[in-house]
Amino acid sequence: MSAQPNPHDPGRDADQTTALLRELVAHLRENRNQLREEWVRRIIDGKLLTGMTREEINAETTSIYDNYVEVLATGSVEALETYARNLSERIIPRGVETSEVVGMVLLLRDVLARSLFWKYQNDFELLNKVLDAYEPAANRIAVTVASSFVHERERTIRLQQEAIRELSTPVLQVRERLVILPIIGVLDSQRSRQLTEQLLRGIRATRAKVVVIDITGVPSVDSTAANHIVQTVEASRLMGATVIVTGLSSEVAQTLVTVGVELGKINALGDLQSGMEEAERLLGYRVTLDRSET
Amino acid sequence: MRVPILRQAKYLIASIQSALSDHELLQLRDDLMEQTGRYRARGVVVDVTALDVMDSFAARTLRSIGHLLNLRGADTVIVGIQPDVAISMVQLGLTLEGVPTALDLEEGLAYLDAQMG
Repeated sequence: MSAQPNPHDPGRDADQTTALLRELVAHLRENRNQLREEWVRRIIDGKLLTGMTREEINAETTSIYDNYVEVLATGSVEALETYARNLSERIIPRGVETSEVVGMVLLLRDVLARSLFWKYQNDFELLNKVLDAYEPAANRIAVTVASSFVHERERTIRLQQEAIRELSTPVLQVRERLVILPIIGVLDSQRSRQLTEQLLRGIRATRAKVVVIDITGVPSVDSTAANHIVQTVEASRLMGATVIVTGLSSEVAQTLVTVGVELGKINALGDLQSGMEEAERLLGYRVTLDRSET
Repeated sequence: MRVPILRQAKYLIASIQSALSDHELLQLRDDLMEQTGRYRARGVVVDVTALDVMDSFAARTLRSIGHLLNLRGADTVIVGIQPDVAISMVQLGLTLEGVPTALDLEEGLAYLDAQMG
């Protein structure tokens, strides 16, 4: 039985790493103000975060610094992740770029590494070990902050896209049991699908019996978009609503005939006005002009 | 489970409560055929509000129910197809041609009343 300690015992290595990290954290806490000021100076020299005032930079860097040291101390990035998301939410509207955020975190990493070089300059071996403990944690922090920022930005973009898409297909009720759906712009397949869904929900919500789809504002229609229109018409019928399509320009009509879309099922009329008149006729409305008003 | 068929004046109302097996669908078809004859029904409403999926067999059977009952002298209307179901049916090409549809039971009965004149 050998009692010789194994120099590559992973448990012992881990213990040593923990001890070094503890020492490191103590060092960073001790020199907090000086290191943070050094960091802020380098951020300003590097012309990062130009959209923020000096006070804001001071406040944010203090929080980031404390979070950073906290991650080194506990090894858990969750709190930092939350903080980074909140930070991103605050600074994205002010036009802060991804490169600035990443640059800022990397600067902090460099400032702290420099201070470690300084502290352990006389003991190269110990410095190596300290860096072994420090570097993975520091890189993880940089990755966490950068990915939180990007994640938050993507979320904002997604929300905006959603909002634009919602706005792009209004289902408008113009009379009891009658809705119109004006389509403006290009009909790609995603928009067509969303349009169909919104229309069908609209039919259920308003209990519409007649739908007028006006495509005056659609510059061109390809066979996919045309098929989508046909499908929308059929799906609406399954929901018990009649569809009238209006505003087919002569170019669009020609394209449809050329690509051979089956248009027999579509009830088409020239313009929105005739579509509305036909819809009113189907629903039994009679609109009369009151002469006494004029 | 057998689909309950209610008699309401000269109409029959079949309200499907849950997804049906192929066998149950055929049973529904036969029950409707038989009761249409027995009660001399002039109109039939099949309510599918509770269905959130409709496979091709179900769609084909509903269509044939519509056509068969027409031959037996009863107008048939399918009501309550949900938006998502409508979309997937159209994508699969199951559009119930020749069978009238309506938004819900109330609309379906109104449609039948209009047909009777």
